[in-house]
Amino acid sequence: MKHHAESLRRWQDKSANQAAFVFLLPVMLVLIIFIFYPIIDTFKISGYKWNGISASKQSIGFANWIELLTDNHFWVAFLNNIKIMILSILIQIPLGTALATFVEFGGKKTTLFKVVWFIPMLMSSVAIGFLFTYVLATNGGLISSISNLLGGPNIDLLGNPKTVLYTVIAIICWQFTPFYMVYIMAAFTNIPVEIFEASLIDGATRGQYFWRIALPLLKPALSTGAIMSIVGSLKYFDLVYVMTGGGPGTASELMATYMYKLTFKTFEMGYGSTVAGGMFILISVLAVLTFKILRHYQEDV
Amino acid sequence: MTTSSKKSHLYWAIAIILAIFYFILSLMPFIYMVLNSFKGKFEMLVNGVFSMPESLDFSNYVTVLSGGFFRYFFNSVIVLALTLVILLFITACASYPLSRFKFKLSGQIYALIIACMSIPIHITLIPIFKMANATGIYDTIWSLIGPYVAFGVPISVFILTSFMCCIPKEIEESAEIDGCSKYGIFFRIILPLSTPGLSTLAIYNGVNVWNEFAFAYTLTQSKENRTLPLAVWEFQGQYSMDIPMIMTVLTLTILPMIILFIFFQDKLVKGITAGAIKG
Repeated sequence: MKHHAESLRRWQDKSANQAAFVFLLPVMLVLIIFIFYPIIDTFKISGYKWNGISASKQSIGFANWIELLTDNHFWVAFLNNIKIMILSILIQIPLGTALATFVEFGGKKTTLFKVVWFIPMLMSSVAIGFLFTYVLATNGGLISSISNLLGGPNIDLLGNPKTVLYTVIAIICWQFTPFYMVYIMAAFTNIPVEIFEASLIDGATRGQYFWRIALPLLKPALSTGAIMSIVGSLKYFDLVYVMTGGGPGTASELMATYMYKLTFKTFEMGYGSTVAGGMFILISVLAVLTFKILRHYQEDV
Repeated sequence: MTTSSKKSHLYWAIAIILAIFYFILSLMPFIYMVLNSFKGKFEMLVNGVFSMPESLDFSNYVTVLSGGFFRYFFNSVIVLALTLVILLFITACASYPLSRFKFKLSGQIYALIIACMSIPIHITLIPIFKMANATGIYDTIWSLIGPYVAFGVPISVFILTSFMCCIPKEIEESAEIDGCSKYGIFFRIILPLSTPGLSTLAIYNGVNVWNEFAFAYTLTQSKENRTLPLAVWEFQGQYSMDIPMIMTVLTLTILPMIILFIFFQDKLVKGITAGAIKG
């Protein structure tokens, strides 16, 4: 009897394994073809000097990687990504939280705000890039026209190496803050209404409720938001590529724009792959690190 | 009590002022865009940015719409539809065993799929470009579907497995007793019951695919094979100094999204929230 049950169990396990294999096969094939294989291939190409067109690929070992380590251009780009990352977290998440709190406390009356605040999220980064190129243009742009109206000179925020990166960051925040707003709004709905009502009965003001009760309960959502913001900031591409192409000079260069230009503009596929590989390594390391730190911190709380 | 409620009123007033400020900030570029799309090329330069258009002139819209705009639009629709059908189906297939039965390596496979969320698409660009060339699908919209599906998989599996976990086990067990195979259970029970989760995924991935740029820019080249985000790019070359014309193209590219947003506002927000659990 016992033996019988065991063989039945084994038969069930076997059929479960088989079914799992069949069900997972399509997804695994897609991931292998379009993600895992390309990652390996990128690291392989990084060992060559190759223009991507001619048949002659020249194997050069780790020369590209050594070049990357001393490539100032790449590290400037990486630093720019880090600046975007830090300022994105500092602006988008608190601002998004503030907007969500306003909508949460304001109720139905604030629906119009909510809808309009969200609109920038609907536009593609490319469209936003183009729109702002014209909004910020010295000739016929919005900012310069306001300045002219007040008797000031034209203002060229994108052409000035000192301001270009911060202008780009402001636009990124304009685009993505609504995302964090919606996200925190959802986190608010996970807080039971009873807690809010009980705190009001106990005589807490809305401010006290927010700082002492809601905010601690939003912490997990805020830390996941931070991870998303970090990973996202390190991958930015579309908007900057369209608006500035990384310039003037290297003032707004990002790892992704540098990689793209090397690969598809100057046709240095080998070195472009090295940059992509370096980008992959840096993002993975930073993602794992923040994940560990946040988890450690959440366990402490 | 009175002082604290006075103070609270003051805070609320400040909050409303800031809210209105941000409202204007959100809307300003769009007003600039729509307003100028109705102007003529010289009207804008002569009258300045802030003037109202002299007349509600739709001629820019007619020009853009008759200048091949629909081609981009339909390319985007085809890519979106195929991507979503394939993505949702294979994601549902994968999420079923991961969420509902025990087998060897299930934890590891799940972790592997989820870890792909932080992979930058840029590391795959060159190899996928090579593949598209080698298979002869470079510069067709078909080359976009594979990468779009692949990069939609991790987040979709993540959302759908947590959704499928909530389907009561009893339904499945009674079907099994009635002699239903795993495949039968999937197609007859799990898949129909997952529709709400799948529609959330459709919206979340839909927004991403509709606006995707890097792959579309790399894998397609000719005008008739490009998707909507590239339309702006192409028209910009054509009407380089005609700002009102470019504003028209921009307005037209986001119009479908705005219309859908008005109808599916709640669903879209839900989709983004679901994606936001970890995107």
